[in-house]
Amino acid sequence: MDIRNPIGLLFTLLGLLLVGAGLFGGPDAVKAKNIQDAVNINLWWGVVTLVFGILMLGLALRARKKD
Amino acid sequence: MTPLLAASQIELHFLDYAIMGIYVLFVLGIGFALKRHMKNSSDFLTSGRSIPAWVTGLAFISANLGALEVIGMAASGAKYGMLTTHFYWIGAIVGMVFLAIFMMPFYYGSKARSAPEYLKMRFDEKTRGLNSLSFAVMTVLGSGISMHALADLLSNLLGWNYDLCLVVGSVVVMLYIFKGGLTSAIYTEVVQFFLIVFGFAPVVYLGLKEVGGWEGLTAKLHFVGEHSQSLGLADKDLGPNAWTSIWSNMGDASANSMGANWIGLVFGLGFVLAFSYWCANFLVVQRAMAANSMRAARNTPIIATIPKMIFPLLVIVPGLIAVALESTNSGKGDYQIYRKEVVVSAEAWKQIEPVLKNAPDRKAAAAAVVKTVLVPKKGELTEQPFNTVLVGNIADDFKAGKITGEAALTALNNAGVRDYNNVITSLLYRYCPTGLLGLALTALLASFMSGMAGNVTAFNTVWTYDIYQSYFAKNKSDGHYMLVGKAATIVGIILSIGFAYVAKRFDNIMDLLQLVFGFVNAPIFAAFLLGMFWKRATGHAAFFGAFIGTIVSALFYALTTVQDGGAWLINSTTGLSSLYVFPSAMTQNFWLAISSFGTAAIVILLFSLSTKRTKSDEELRGLVYSLTPKQSDPDAPWYAKPLISGIIILLVCLALNLYFA
Repeated sequence: MDIRNPIGLLFTLLGLLLVGAGLFGGPDAVKAKNIQDAVNINLWWGVVTLVFGILMLGLALRARKKD
Repeated sequence: MTPLLAASQIELHFLDYAIMGIYVLFVLGIGFALKRHMKNSSDFLTSGRSIPAWVTGLAFISANLGALEVIGMAASGAKYGMLTTHFYWIGAIVGMVFLAIFMMPFYYGSKARSAPEYLKMRFDEKTRGLNSLSFAVMTVLGSGISMHALADLLSNLLGWNYDLCLVVGSVVVMLYIFKGGLTSAIYTEVVQFFLIVFGFAPVVYLGLKEVGGWEGLTAKLHFVGEHSQSLGLADKDLGPNAWTSIWSNMGDASANSMGANWIGLVFGLGFVLAFSYWCANFLVVQRAMAANSMRAARNTPIIATIPKMIFPLLVIVPGLIAVALESTNSGKGDYQIYRKEVVVSAEAWKQIEPVLKNAPDRKAAAAAVVKTVLVPKKGELTEQPFNTVLVGNIADDFKAGKITGEAALTALNNAGVRDYNNVITSLLYRYCPTGLLGLALTALLASFMSGMAGNVTAFNTVWTYDIYQSYFAKNKSDGHYMLVGKAATIVGIILSIGFAYVAKRFDNIMDLLQLVFGFVNAPIFAAFLLGMFWKRATGHAAFFGAFIGTIVSALFYALTTVQDGGAWLINSTTGLSSLYVFPSAMTQNFWLAISSFGTAAIVILLFSLSTKRTKSDEELRGLVYSLTPKQSDPDAPWYAKPLISGIIILLVCLALNLYFA
């Protein structure tokens, strides 16, 4: 088993959940707390997580094609 | 152990629970998916030497990055400042590079299935027996502590039921190891590695944003160092660079927050403790031994050094942020590291007032106050957890007429010691909105569970191969040992659960255990080191060296004291007095390691020279440096040659030390 598959799947899923919270969550749910001019950290970090997940899936796919 | 976050409970939303749930499903899924690869005992217990280097490398580092480490490093970051990086840059990197270049060829090349088995090949049965028994006990206790800490955290933080957390967490770990063996432990450790990175990085980013970036943080930490006495962080003002500079105050133990000097630090932490942990502890070495080739095995620790060098940013910087926030916000009371509760009643104040007025100095005043306001606990009158530096400050101010009696009483009621263990969780809660909070808590959950998994997979291997196969049933079929390995997994977990309840009952059992681990690790490392590099070292010598070294550790601990602290054997009943008083428990620990390793090494040296060799040069081929052909891997690209990459890593590490000196 290539561990990049489950990792890729997990982080893609987590990324989607965070992006979803960032886009559709209430105002309290998306902003980082206790910081002035806070960014929408759920959306922003969700995108990073999602990109990582897809990258892992891509690497696993490439390795499978090579075989 | 004290509650990690008693101040307030964290409120979670559906999304946070969903993220935790998804993680649990994934690790179970990994276990079940690996089930069909578990064909014989070596698949189950040693991963059949089939795993690529980047996976074993990340697992190698994750096995050490349990949640206790994460929580502890943030706590130390607040308590000692940047000095905490010594545990990484001095206390790990050098040892890991040494393992890769010098020791891994013997572990991997000897085809030993465990570190104790190497001792059997190199020395004899009794040396293996000593190591495997003490190691088996240590792993069970270690995994029990890990699960206790998880259940404790979840019950305090989220209000969940302690027993339920303990049992559910343990059963999840048991299921995925039972199905996928060492491989699933290693795979979930890699998942945990990425969860820690993704869960903590935004917290560090947001924390740095609040304190004004790295510059803002250092400016605030300069303030902390300049006012360390009035903040109750050290018994004098240590100076502006005390929390930011890692070497300039190490000349004198009283000039830095750790109370250690550079000699103890370099030899105690950097050599004995680091090398014995990274090079002779089967828990971490097992990860490298599961690699799919000699090249991968040697590169495992090298790959691990890269995240290890960067991790202070994720685990120590939160502590720095916490202490910076608290100190510079103290007027507003916006953020405070949780303090343990102390109660001084108005009646007690009547007794304390003359004490404060008449005490010769602040230290005497603080000691007298602590002894005066005892509270009943478990039927006995016990001292309360006062921060004696803060009490000393209050005594000074009151004596000088700077504050009224009423103000002094209020201040005393707020002078409990800081409970640094909640630093990390309080920051998670401070910054993370729902979603991100779930991710960060999942990272903690993952590292608790893999802390248990790491211990259990090391335990079942040592139990099956080093204890069961060598003492109980020598020549059984492989299927039989596979069954024993699986049974050991379940028994190990049940024993761990039992021990978690012991840890729950006794507050300071964790400190005691960590100490006992130290007693055992340093002397056995002397046996590994001399065994690998000196062909004359004999089995009798290794056994007695390790044994006597352990006794010396215990005696050292019993007969020396730390300032303001007691010791096992030093009291009026035994009539013994302390041989030496150390400025801090950490320094005591460093010198304990140095002396027990030193004793073990000298005993092995002398015993070896006075006993006959029982193994011929031929038998020691592949086990001892001078009798083994040098590793050559001419096809490897330069970055996969441990000697070259190791030197580069050491240079980078040196640069980090110089930059933050």
